[in-house]
Amino acid sequence: MSRIKELFQTKKNILSIYYTAGYPGLNDTVQIAETLEQSGADLLEIGFPYSDPVADGPTIQASSKQSLDQGMTLKLLFEQLKDLRKKVSIPVLLMGYVNPVLQFGVENFCKACVEVGVDGCIVPDLPMAEYEALYQGIFEGNGLSNIFLVTPQTSTERIHKIDGLSNGFIYLLSSSATTGQNLQVSEGTESYFSRIADMKLKNPTMIGFGIDSKETFDKACEYANGAIIGSAFVKALDANDLNGSVKTFMQKFKG
Amino acid sequence: MNYFVNEKGYFGDFGGAYIPEMLYPNVEELRQNYLKIIGDESFQKEFHQLLKDYVGRPSPLYLAKRLSQKYNANIFLKREDLNHTGAHKINNTIGQILLAERLGKKRIIAETGAGQHGVATATVCALRGLECVVYMGEIDIQRQAPNVARMKMLGAKVVPATSGSKTLKDATNEAMRDWINNPIDTHYIIGSVVGPHPYPDMVAIFQSIISEETKKQLIEQTGNDQPDYVLACVGGGSNAMGMFYHFIDDEKVKLIAVEAGGRGVDTGFSAATTFLGKEGVLHGSRSILMQTEDGQVVEPHSVSAGLDYPGIGPQHAHLFKTGRGEYVSITDDEALQAGLLLTQMEGIIPAIESAHALAYLEKMSFKGGENVVVCLSGRGDKDMDTYMKYFNL
Repeated sequence: MSRIKELFQTKKNILSIYYTAGYPGLNDTVQIAETLEQSGADLLEIGFPYSDPVADGPTIQASSKQSLDQGMTLKLLFEQLKDLRKKVSIPVLLMGYVNPVLQFGVENFCKACVEVGVDGCIVPDLPMAEYEALYQGIFEGNGLSNIFLVTPQTSTERIHKIDGLSNGFIYLLSSSATTGQNLQVSEGTESYFSRIADMKLKNPTMIGFGIDSKETFDKACEYANGAIIGSAFVKALDANDLNGSVKTFMQKFKG
Repeated sequence: MNYFVNEKGYFGDFGGAYIPEMLYPNVEELRQNYLKIIGDESFQKEFHQLLKDYVGRPSPLYLAKRLSQKYNANIFLKREDLNHTGAHKINNTIGQILLAERLGKKRIIAETGAGQHGVATATVCALRGLECVVYMGEIDIQRQAPNVARMKMLGAKVVPATSGSKTLKDATNEAMRDWINNPIDTHYIIGSVVGPHPYPDMVAIFQSIISEETKKQLIEQTGNDQPDYVLACVGGGSNAMGMFYHFIDDEKVKLIAVEAGGRGVDTGFSAATTFLGKEGVLHGSRSILMQTEDGQVVEPHSVSAGLDYPGIGPQHAHLFKTGRGEYVSITDDEALQAGLLLTQMEGIIPAIESAHALAYLEKMSFKGGENVVVCLSGRGDKDMDTYMKYFNL
């Protein structure tokens, strides 16, 4: 059974952490993964940086820029992840924009993911239609999950279609927003989360965007199988005390 | 060969809508409605009325006699510089504001490089009483101060883009982020034939008035609506697409697109996309863009802010790849010299963008008697600082 499937079958209130590869230090990528697992993270999303991250707010833009300035590339990332599976056992996803993947070659990218033990991908600007027409066969042929995003504005019909194409979990955005803004669970958000819960999707769901405290995490877990923390974690990373800053941050959620 | 958009939103291998899910409802709403709205009789009536009475169309097709003598061909200038607000950009913003109104939008956002599209957007927002926010690179805000003041006077809020190179590409990123965060009431007026489908097609349709008029004017002036060449500059490529549009299927008409070579194609300071770029995805469509081996977008350079963009629209990428269009480049120096030449031979100060197209005439050879149309996409008032510094005026 895949690591992702097993995780959702055996755990509730899953805590997933996003961070940018090559940040704060170029070679911190695997160290952060290891410390996160030791501190109780259930799932990791490692971001490969892009020069023009339109779906991201200032925190992840800045970490992406610093990482690129330090020399990060997809090729280097796969080298860094070569021994990932000797150190980390929880599921790992790669998250980033489509152009670097196209230049690396979709087939090569999927093969490299499998070789280092990455379980799936999130490519926010790869549309469902293009994925279906051109990439689904390559992803599935390599046993990789592709995670799609859903927003409060996504139609019910489209959510069902996304559910049919997904084989891991569905990433629910708490609102239509760029990353790094606070989650405000209004009546509208609650009815959106409830609507999705009532749809009885075949895939589990994770809520992301705006989760920055134990309180917002717990709230999100009421409606989904877990939640994803990104900008708040990236902001908390301290280059001078990398492991310490990771552990301190995780204590807020696992303490 | 089909040079236009297909039902999936592609021009050959290029186009599509590579957008995050957050933008899907907005773009889909536009995709489902744009042709229906534009085709509507009341829309057409209002659009053409405004183009006539407010923009001042049709813009003249002017036979530049002294220039014609110099180059030994009939050089016609399509005078988009005489439009209200000084460039072709207003053709598109008039069209999109009428469309936004019909979609019930209350708030307009736009990106701008030189400020021409920002001014054209702020102008139509003032005209229709809609809220307007324009994203502009911090560096462009400094180098285009008069246009920033115009936008502010027109009631727009000008927001500096402080990420990346702080120019047009980054202003576009910021506008897309704004749209993600304001999915219901906001329409994004993209200023060029770039972005996710249907933008490249929609903007081309609005700009196609340029070649529609040119054909009629050529008949009146020469008795023949088939010129031998049409030339236009290309950043994202909206004036060029407007100038090419009604000639694309007439393969006897040679289409020449002039890119900004900057300090020279091989100097590392250039915006000549077809020379330096590879296929990839930028700002929501598959096209040709300047990028590293790792797929990171490269910062372009051009003396003209309006051409300082690392990609071209997907329809241009298709015209380039199929060979239907000839894509060439002109350096900063050549463009500035051509701007001075037009000024002194015809009494017209062109925008430095348009001067790129004029500069290519130097590199062509004519037998005599050919009809050549150059799109004079904008006037040079906004570029006086650059001209003054370069020529020590």
